Amino acid sequence: MPNPDPPEPIDPETTATLAARLEAASQAHLGRALAIRHINTGSCNGCELELRALQNTFYDLERFGLRFVESPRQADVLLVTGPLTRNLKVALEQAWDSAPEPKWVVSVGDCAVDGGVFKGSYAVLGGTGNCVPVDLTVGGCPPTPARVLAALRTLLEANAK
Amino acid sequence: MISATDIIRSAAAEVCRPWLRHILPHADWTALAQAAPAEAWTLLAHWADTVQAHALFLDPEALRIVPVSTPVEAGRYPGLSPHIPSASLYERMVHDLWGHIADGATDLRPWLDHGNWPLSPPMATRPETRPPGGPPLLTGPEQDDAMIVPLGPIWGRLDEAAHLRLTLHGPYIRQAESLLGFTHKGALTMMRGKSPRTAARFAARLAADATVAHSVAFAHATESAMDVEVPQRAIGLRMVMMEIERIAVHLDNLTEVARLAEAGTVRTKCGTLREILLRATAAAFGHRLMMDCVVPGGVAADIAENGPETILRALGAIASEIPALRRLHDGPALSSRLLGLGRTPGATSGIAGRAAGHAFDVRTHFAPGYGSLLPRVAVLRDGDAAARQHLRLLEIEESLRLIGLTLDLLPSGPTTAALPQASGEGIGCAESSRGDVWHWLRLDHGQIAAVFARDPGWAQWPLAERALRRVEAEDVDLVRASLALPASGVDL
Ligand code: SF4
Repeated sequence: MPNPDPPEPIDPETTATLAARLEAASQAHLGRALAIRHINTGSCNGCELELRALQNTFYDLERFGLRFVESPRQADVLLVTGPLTRNLKVALEQAWDSAPEPKWVVSVGDCAVDGGVFKGSYAVLGGTGNCVPVDLTVGGCPPTPARVLAALRTLLEANAK
Repeated sequence: MISATDIIRSAAAEVCRPWLRHILPHADWTALAQAAPAEAWTLLAHWADTVQAHALFLDPEALRIVPVSTPVEAGRYPGLSPHIPSASLYERMVHDLWGHIADGATDLRPWLDHGNWPLSPPMATRPETRPPGGPPLLTGPEQDDAMIVPLGPIWGRLDEAAHLRLTLHGPYIRQAESLLGFTHKGALTMMRGKSPRTAARFAARLAADATVAHSVAFAHATESAMDVEVPQRAIGLRMVMMEIERIAVHLDNLTEVARLAEAGTVRTKCGTLREILLRATAAAFGHRLMMDCVVPGGVAADIAENGPETILRALGAIASEIPALRRLHDGPALSSRLLGLGRTPGATSGIAGRAAGHAFDVRTHFAPGYGSLLPRVAVLRDGDAAARQHLRLLEIEESLRLIGLTLDLLPSGPTTAALPQASGEGIGCAESSRGDVWHWLRLDHGQIAAVFARDPGWAQWPLAERALRRVEAEDVDLVRASLALPASGVDL
């Protein structure tokens, strides 16, 4: 089996902004581990295919203390994909309501950032931010696993400060 | 009873390249629906435009594809579902998107339309605006002692959004009913009025695990409609991409099923092989999933100079692990979970069909380019989850062979043809990793006037409802994964 890829550098500026936001809300220090709940708000499944790759030996996200969980109730992070279809708005709201505070929302993929190619369709609201507050966005269609991993590690850093 | 072939022979027809689309009066449309099951004609797709309802049949005897249409009169056309049960989901979709009512339909409850769109029906000539409503309710056989378990729409770990409602009897599933439409993005409406080149971005995003297959089927339909010849090199590169996609998606599926079955070695091996392949693909074609790499007229860019080498090296790594993966699938960890699980008797297409003895694969007859390579269609008998995983391994091996041959024979030359501002109608197809994909479109001076895309998911969900019966409720995720149930492609 190949060795995992060496971790890429993370952006100190984004880390600082996120840390400041967290401190301002005087939220609890959670330690260096994050439970991530994926919320599909209408994705074409491309973002999921790449998110699944995060679990392979090359990216091995668990070595950073990052793991996917199956309920928003156990989640520190809601990781949202898809252009927020009108038919999934309620599902996103429910997930957001049931995730405990403090929580982070990360929009992954061009669709979740602003609707992507589906912007303007009668069936989509376009972007996670139309429904819940977003802390971090990762563009790309789909974003590469390396990019998503770097973003999640930024969050981890901010969370540990 | 008059035969299906006789009904077609006496009908008026319009050119729908590479075939003819037969226009049937209501009585003949119904007669065809009655004759089809008796003659084992398979309904491949059913859709509409603003004035007609369309259906696509496979005549397995003559191995031909038969498109037929009937006029929609005062918003109605005769339903197919009383005679062809698999037409039911399509009728619900036609009603939701165009507002046409299938007379006599067995079920016209909403499917894609959950009452949340600001206009309805969205594909009608003049959709009406409407206030927000509530989601449709699923109705099932209500019994006091029955336990109902609703799953989804957000469900699983990194999955597509769909709803499944299980009625349990003890630990077993007595009935499973699906509701889709959650990920409906209005893709067909987005494609209408655009040039095929622009609309191809939506075809590529109907279902990412079949992005190449959908892009190829859409490109074929366009090229047929315009009567354009695609350069040989582009046809070869498309085949390479389609087979890479099949291997990558099968590896993803093997990884996911192994994760759910707690078979760690298979999970690790397949996940690693998939990543090796995706990296090689990115180097060769510029995108890990090859999204937007196939365009109407050819391919977006030629393969990188050392692309073939890079791909072949990745394929070598995969080939060398196949014997071990086969052994591991026969080993106790996986076989104890998969043998006998989620059987699909009577399935006629895709992995589920071929794992249950039915050898349908559009690469052998209908998909351009494959003919001279004589693709070998693997078929197994047992129709359970174990057979499906073994079939995936067999299909990976065949794709390895096809890619090797194609790269070997890859002619030099251009990779795109110019597209004229033509009018016309065409159909295209491709065999995705989940089954057959069909695209139909009508062009008006180079712009899309009407379009439909049929993802294999239309056949997969009704099959899943049957396969889940009598399965233990705790195995539902495993069955779902082994059937590779999609949402986005069906949700449009
Ligand atoms: S960003 Fe791209 S890959 Fe992700 S859901 Fe949207 S269209 Fe699919």
